[in-house]
Amino acid sequence: MNATVSFMLNGKPVTVSSPSDRKLVWVLRDELGLTGTKVGCEAGLCGACTVLVDFEAVPSCSTTLGEVAGKAVLTIEGLAVDGLLNPVQKAFQEQHAFQCGYCTSGMILTAWAFLKKKPKASRAEIVEAMEGNICRCGAHVRILEAVETAGKTMGGVR
Amino acid sequence: MKRRTFLQATAAGAFTFFFSSPGRTAPVEPTRPGAYPEDFNAFLKISADGRVGCFVGKAELGQGAMTVLAMLVAEELELDPAQVEMLLGDTDLCPWDLPTGGSLTMWQTAPVLRGAAAEVRAVLLGMASKALKVPVADLAMKDGAIWVKAAPERRTSFGELVKGRKMERHLGKVKPKPLSECTLIGRRVPRKDALAKITGAAKYAGDLCLPGTLHACVLRPPAHGQVLVTADTAAAERVPGVRIVREGTFLAVLHAQPDTARKALALVKGTFEGTEPDVDDVRIFQYLVDKAAPGQRVVISRGDLAAGEKRAATVVEGEYRNAYESHATLEPHTCVAKWEEGRMTLWASTQAPFLLREEVATALKLGQDKVRIITQFVGGGFGGKLAGPGSVEAARIARQIPGVPIQVSWNREEDLFLDAYRPAAVVKIRSGLDAGHGAITFWDSIVAGVSQGEAEFLYDIQANRYQAPAVPNLHPLKVGAWRAPNAHTNAFARESQLDALAAKAGVDPVTLRHRLANDPRLLRLLDLAVETFGWDPAPGPTGRGIGLACGAWRQGLVVALAQVVVDKTTGKVKVERFLEAVDVGLVVNPDGARQQVEGAITMCIGQALSEEIRFKGGRILDKNFDTYVLPRFSAIPRIQVVFADTNTATTQGIGEPPVVPVAAALANAVFDATGARVTHVPFTPERVLEALKLVSTKPQDSVAPVPSSISPKVSPSKP
Repeated sequence: MNATVSFMLNGKPVTVSSPSDRKLVWVLRDELGLTGTKVGCEAGLCGACTVLVDFEAVPSCSTTLGEVAGKAVLTIEGLAVDGLLNPVQKAFQEQHAFQCGYCTSGMILTAWAFLKKKPKASRAEIVEAMEGNICRCGAHVRILEAVETAGKTMGGVR
Repeated sequence: MKRRTFLQATAAGAFTFFFSSPGRTAPVEPTRPGAYPEDFNAFLKISADGRVGCFVGKAELGQGAMTVLAMLVAEELELDPAQVEMLLGDTDLCPWDLPTGGSLTMWQTAPVLRGAAAEVRAVLLGMASKALKVPVADLAMKDGAIWVKAAPERRTSFGELVKGRKMERHLGKVKPKPLSECTLIGRRVPRKDALAKITGAAKYAGDLCLPGTLHACVLRPPAHGQVLVTADTAAAERVPGVRIVREGTFLAVLHAQPDTARKALALVKGTFEGTEPDVDDVRIFQYLVDKAAPGQRVVISRGDLAAGEKRAATVVEGEYRNAYESHATLEPHTCVAKWEEGRMTLWASTQAPFLLREEVATALKLGQDKVRIITQFVGGGFGGKLAGPGSVEAARIARQIPGVPIQVSWNREEDLFLDAYRPAAVVKIRSGLDAGHGAITFWDSIVAGVSQGEAEFLYDIQANRYQAPAVPNLHPLKVGAWRAPNAHTNAFARESQLDALAAKAGVDPVTLRHRLANDPRLLRLLDLAVETFGWDPAPGPTGRGIGLACGAWRQGLVVALAQVVVDKTTGKVKVERFLEAVDVGLVVNPDGARQQVEGAITMCIGQALSEEIRFKGGRILDKNFDTYVLPRFSAIPRIQVVFADTNTATTQGIGEPPVVPVAAALANAVFDATGARVTHVPFTPERVLEALKLVSTKPQDSVAPVPSSISPKVSPSKP
């Protein structure tokens, strides 16, 4: 049975009519056409579908539509503002912190949520924060460096 | 105009001078499968406004093909790579090409594309010389403009010269610019796919959202060897909007919503029949040895083994195994297929657009001209997307529902179940070293599960035999190419065995390889690796936890050095440091090449330490990333990559070579740390603990996996 659910999506209000237990990843991809959020495992194990709900990084494959009612959802499409790349995106771009790109949206959003809270993080803390996101191509070393660089640009210079 | 739109317009109709029927989508020159076209127009087109489009039948898998191929074109045409608009992997628009695998792009395609670009450069300069009435030698070219050096105001442009037409002049083979004049090759350039990938704009096969798409979920048997007999679809069909497609043992549930299709599939009650293989992930090694035995044949035979063994002062017998391993691309197999006006179009996640065209045409009994593959950004390949079973499924369904796009997106369980795994294998080696530690007097290997690839490389061996089985359907599970196929299995065995010989003879493993190396390039590479990493010669085990291994793929050579810490109570191996010194000839795109090496090292840490497909009969027990363990951030060591300065103009691919020695370097590092030899890939904590137990109970005379050695029905020669 469909429910009418309103939430903020990338800074704009949206209203969706869909079963409230429908997984957010399908609402985003299938209903709203935001395909930057990827599907990797559908079990919250790989991080490819990570989005931010009220600035917390969550796997959208394990989050329901009902759970985001009234909340703010940020997807990769909403991260650059007026064409200006977010510091994490910029660092990923400059340091080539990706290969196939399938994990990239989730990596960037996970890193952004973490750095917002802790821009001055140590390498060990970054590793811990990123541990839930899988990269199969092996871009890990660059991803860690990019997250560190982004943290510094965000004013977290250590 | 968006980039892709421009390219499609360019090839499909913008060159209206040559196309009487607008909207036609056939290529400029129909390309013959099996050969590169000689006409450069197949690869390069210049639009009326001077934009350069490059068409290549490869896929962007993340390996950076898009960027490095654009560099080659930009180099010849004096452009920025950003100005070369790439269209990859569309079988209607791009000339035929080999699959994107086996490190073939830089080895096979790159020289052809570079030659085509060089010819275009010469043709453009010739046209400009005529137009500006000065000799070619007096002309300069940059950013799509050509001008008279002495009078820069006298100028023209690519667009003005070509006028949107096909270039009709042909000059035959034109030499590319000499390396000394190259300004891009060897320089770091920004990846062309960066912006699309960091903003979520990059379209993978599952992201197309074509209007009217139906998502199809295929009913799977619970085990390999079983097929569908009966299906009760009544409950599924009660879900509004569901359609069922059935063709013999093939049944798919379709719905406009992907998740609803998946839920409806779960309502189908199927019965299955068939015989599962009677084997599991523990018994597989004996199974392979037994099944291979009657078909063993000698693939390499050189010198007298018996005489060689008599000359040996140190003899080691080793047995090495590796498990089935999945490609586990983060993007599972995905395809959208549409049957329209007698043609099948597939938007696919594939490494091999032209092979897939053939695969689909064969499966559906269509002519190849009736199938078009449009390759999207591919979320990882590694050999796993050389075949396209998921695409064939999409096409089969689409054939029954004309005009409706059919999307098949395997979920993780399907992807792990249906993957064509890196084959499990057993390699037995008996070999010996002379008293002076300067020569391998004999080397006798017998394998089951893989074949010869790269088994003979690298060292002088006085007497050598390599036996591999010619047994059809040896494996109970589907197997396929996995990054550096055969080579990494053989290298793991060879480099572990050599390390065991060195340790038993009490000789430093670097010194031993120095004496045995039969290629001056390998000697230089060993020096480069050891100097960069730091190495105090000493026979192992030293307790330092440093391991060395060498590897080859075609002419590409790699020396790997690893440092590990082994927790002797848990058996957990932590990789602290990993270096690879790489010689792949001319490195066109150093940062791209470095990414490939970093990626290979990282991926193979998973291969060496944790990745293994567990199965029982035809049932695959690993269904997701909770039990199928890929390396995560905490597993990543400090990684160093150095390239040999080779002073050559030829280029080898870089996708496979850095894979080859990783597991062996790690196993040798574990030995150096503990004195325990791990011989079973992956060396999980349990296997490391078993190996550690063996050290305390027996001397390292022989190298055997635990718990018990396998006796082949055909044994290596005993003199």
